[in-house]
Amino acid sequence: MSKELEPLADPGLPEHVHRKADIDPIAAKRAERQVAVLFSLSAAGTLLFMYSFFFIKEDLFVFIPVMGNTNAQQLGIGLGVAFGLLFIGFGAVHWAKTLMPDQEVIAYRHTLRSEEEDRGEFVKAVKIGAEEAGLGRRPLIKRSLFAALGLAGIPAVVMLRDLGPLPGNSLNETNWKTGTKLVTDPGERAIKASDLEVGGVAQVLPELAPGKKRTLEDIAKDAVLLIRLRPVEFQLTAERLSWTHEGIIAFSKICSHMGCAVALYEQTTKHLLCPCHQSTFDVTRAAKVIFGPSARPLPQLAITVDADGYLIAKQPFTEAVGPSFWERKS
Amino acid sequence: MTARERVAGNVANYVDERTGAAAWMKKSLQKVFPDHWSFMLGEIALYSFVILLLSGTFLTFWFDPSMRHVVYEGSYQPLKDVEMSAAYASTLHISFDVRGGLLMRQIHHWAALIFLAAIVAHLMRVFFTGAFRKPREFNWILGIGLLTLGIVEGFLGYSLPDDLLSGTGIRIAHAIIQSIPVVGTYLSFFAFGGAFPGEIFMPRIYIVHVLLLPGIFLALITAHLMLVWYQKHTQYPGPGRTEKNVVGYPLMPVYMAKAGGFFFIVFGITALLGAVASINPVWLYGPYTPAQISAGSQPDWYMGWLDGLVRMAPPIETFIFGHPISWNILIPGLIIPGIIFTGMALYPFIESWMSGDKSEHHLLDRPRNVPNRTALGVMSLTFMLVTLINGGNDIIATHFDLTINQIMWFTRIGVIVLPPLAFVITKRICLSLQRRDRELVLHGKETGRLVMLPHGEFIEVHEELSAAKKFTLTQHVQPQAIALVMEDKQGVLNPKGIRAKIQAKLSKANAENIAKPTATELKELESGHH
Amino acid sequence: MKFISKYRRHKFATPVLLLVALSALGFTFSAATAAPNQSAAAASARSTLIEEGKEIFLKGCSSCHGLNAEGAAIAPALIGVGAASVDFVVATGRMPMQDMSQQAMRKAPVYNEEEVAALAAYVASLAHGPRAYTNEEIEWERDGNTAEGGELFRNNCAMCHNFAGQGGALTRGKYAPTVMGVEARHIYEALITGPQAMPVFNDKIITPEEKLSIIKWIKSAEAEPALGGASLGRVGPVTEGLLVWTLGLGLLIGIAVWLTAKAR
Repeated sequence: MSKELEPLADPGLPEHVHRKADIDPIAAKRAERQVAVLFSLSAAGTLLFMYSFFFIKEDLFVFIPVMGNTNAQQLGIGLGVAFGLLFIGFGAVHWAKTLMPDQEVIAYRHTLRSEEEDRGEFVKAVKIGAEEAGLGRRPLIKRSLFAALGLAGIPAVVMLRDLGPLPGNSLNETNWKTGTKLVTDPGERAIKASDLEVGGVAQVLPELAPGKKRTLEDIAKDAVLLIRLRPVEFQLTAERLSWTHEGIIAFSKICSHMGCAVALYEQTTKHLLCPCHQSTFDVTRAAKVIFGPSARPLPQLAITVDADGYLIAKQPFTEAVGPSFWERKS
Repeated sequence: MTARERVAGNVANYVDERTGAAAWMKKSLQKVFPDHWSFMLGEIALYSFVILLLSGTFLTFWFDPSMRHVVYEGSYQPLKDVEMSAAYASTLHISFDVRGGLLMRQIHHWAALIFLAAIVAHLMRVFFTGAFRKPREFNWILGIGLLTLGIVEGFLGYSLPDDLLSGTGIRIAHAIIQSIPVVGTYLSFFAFGGAFPGEIFMPRIYIVHVLLLPGIFLALITAHLMLVWYQKHTQYPGPGRTEKNVVGYPLMPVYMAKAGGFFFIVFGITALLGAVASINPVWLYGPYTPAQISAGSQPDWYMGWLDGLVRMAPPIETFIFGHPISWNILIPGLIIPGIIFTGMALYPFIESWMSGDKSEHHLLDRPRNVPNRTALGVMSLTFMLVTLINGGNDIIATHFDLTINQIMWFTRIGVIVLPPLAFVITKRICLSLQRRDRELVLHGKETGRLVMLPHGEFIEVHEELSAAKKFTLTQHVQPQAIALVMEDKQGVLNPKGIRAKIQAKLSKANAENIAKPTATELKELESGHH
Repeated sequence: MKFISKYRRHKFATPVLLLVALSALGFTFSAATAAPNQSAAAASARSTLIEEGKEIFLKGCSSCHGLNAEGAAIAPALIGVGAASVDFVVATGRMPMQDMSQQAMRKAPVYNEEEVAALAAYVASLAHGPRAYTNEEIEWERDGNTAEGGELFRNNCAMCHNFAGQGGALTRGKYAPTVMGVEARHIYEALITGPQAMPVFNDKIITPEEKLSIIKWIKSAEAEPALGGASLGRVGPVTEGLLVWTLGLGLLIGIAVWLTAKAR
């Protein structure tokens, strides 16, 4: 095998092949007509748009294969705009391809690197300018300048302080207090223990003081899922068992991974699935994580019943709900 | 001179006397652009950006980025009297009570998806053909910047309607911010103006989405295009094409017509999609509330790989002095993307260090002639594809009778095993293709015609390649490995030591190629053969 | 014969032959595997609906569910599940189960309405359980509120069945099926009985009026035309992204190839 890597000789640009429209005037005329037709189709598209916009009724639906029942005005406007644009493009491109010169042209690249002379002049200009500025000889100016510039940037950052309040202890607190009634979401109905069947679930929120409006920020921490199993199915510690009531167990619905609502309950397996990243929690073992990326089980809410049989919280959550954060007490 | 020519002359004179434009215009109108369909991918992205600006401006005339609570009073009956944010209500208003509103919303969203798809396709073309090499490294970095900002811009954009799906996406983003050690809760409270979801996040991301990022885009795109203009576009190897010339068509009239026409075509196709294909039907998702979630919640495709990474992450959380560090969020959410984008941005410099190549390049590489780079690229794509698949694992499971658990484990293992496998296979394929090229140049194309020689032997007739084809297949320069110098003449050890050793090894791997046939070999064959 | 030999070398000969062969194969297969319609009328005289139900049960269900519906390792006991469960699973074709997989698939029902009613009556006679419903008595159109139903659906159902009721994945191969194309009575019965992995939503947790609203919303979503164009499955960004990378970029690249090709 030869070690010299000398390439083959460059045969130069291939010979130009003429198009039909270049040599045959009839073909050229035909190409011209084709371009004109394309442009006219664009105009037709715009007309379709105008007609659809002003004259088609807004509630008229037509059946189009694949699309199903479609809003006629919507379709007319859309196709009108689409064709109006598309055929200008097709016309212009066809025109360039068939009629405009298609002889390849050669241009030459200039060296990007500047001439030595220019580079020399540049370096000289910078040097002279720097000398004239005199920063090198006047360290006091240099130091005080940098100090001033550095400090001047600080207000820009500090003024962002009021973007929001400090978190304080709010991430550790929810509206669940001792004795708070569990109410349905939506509906705000108090739930009796007997209302929930084995195998049933309920989406619940804490009952709010009368007059207080529920905000999304409240919901983002308060949402709870109520599930009823047969008591014998639990595999809980004694303490956690005391947080349940006759097979009814309550968990924070806010996923301990990244905060989505964990509400997919599989009655047969007693597993909770979060659809965002597929973290799977085992309800019988206090929402222990058995699959997926969540690192912590869902916080359990201790519940019991009041004198009338309504489900109430026994105590607030013993840990922060939702995703982890630096200050979270583990 | 006709009347029209006179008027044109007067206008040109008026402008030139005030700006001196004639000199610059004369050069520009004759500028030569090489013509290849793969050079139009960047154009698709550019035109999609313009479409986004136009359709987006239209939408801003009706969209209300406020999170204040309103009761819906528009024409979509299934949401009648439902409580929602003003942002969501105004999106419904645009969709149902503004003629052309839904069309514009859909054009805007389709254009966003096409914008990012075109950027990725363009990135792949630039990567596999080596167009990022000197002198175009800055442009590559600008491009990676555009890609990153594009992803952010798209995410913010589809979060503006405040529907259940995009609100869930914001919840995820919030969790990522909150999980940052030490400052996470402060950052999240500052970003959201308090607890999640707050009332001020939407107006803030609105300004980022319609003002800050588009402004930065305009600046970056202008710089990107100016560099292409000034450095001139690269071209594929071929007869008549050298490192010192550009072969193609002049700006006026051919390129103006083709590129201008292509703008209308891209706009038209996007509008066609907006007219016939439903995208982001926010009225079905319902307004966002943290207590609700839909099965099969995914971000838009360009963030699907991030979602896939988060899904497959092992559930690791450690504690430092009692403070949790959520590796299961930080690694897939911040660290891996950070490594990927930084690596991508620095790649031109990494490759030039690995190969020792410091020369200017204006001729593009055929991917098979740079097996290392091509294999690296396929390896990265494999990684992206595996993570993307996991991002949609629940949709894939229900449609293909699989389980999400199977897909999770397949991608958990696959994301580590498949990329190196892809590297090896791709490199071998490239080398085989090089071998084939060598055979083609030396022995010609197989014609399938069998001829029996007088003495009974059967041979297949080979058709010699044209001189142009032979030239194209051998025009490339094959890299040499860097010679490792551990000691100089005086016996002083190389101060770069280990780095130099690694570099030499990498450059040797990079130089692994099938030697291309030379003119001498060809002559030898020709004289001996026929 | 002359026709075939004349055109045997035609450029379309192979594709046409392939098409004919594949079609023949397909039709033969579907004919051979057509589910036998067991509207087999019991030859013996039936006295009551319950007895008829018991006969059908013994023939078609007892092999898995036990001779007295007491259950076995592979199938649960049916004592106390009520007529509602039977009506739901049998009339939607889920039972008899196609194969012993993770969950029962909805398919063409094996028993007709009369037989379903008989089965339901038999199972209901074993112990007290939720009763079956008829479509007529579920006055969702009159008494339901679509918007309220949507809120209820998104709160209680969308996490499994997806925001548009298209269905979704559960763990280990289970799935929540689509709720589109389901009769009102079956939706009601599914809510009440909580079939397989689905939880139970009795009338205290979701009141009858709320159930009617949910059904009304489902029906409205079902009837809702393609408001923005072809719906792409109503499963979200996955199919949208797929369309962009196939049709979107595909079309644009195809046009770019045409644009840069030399004209004839």
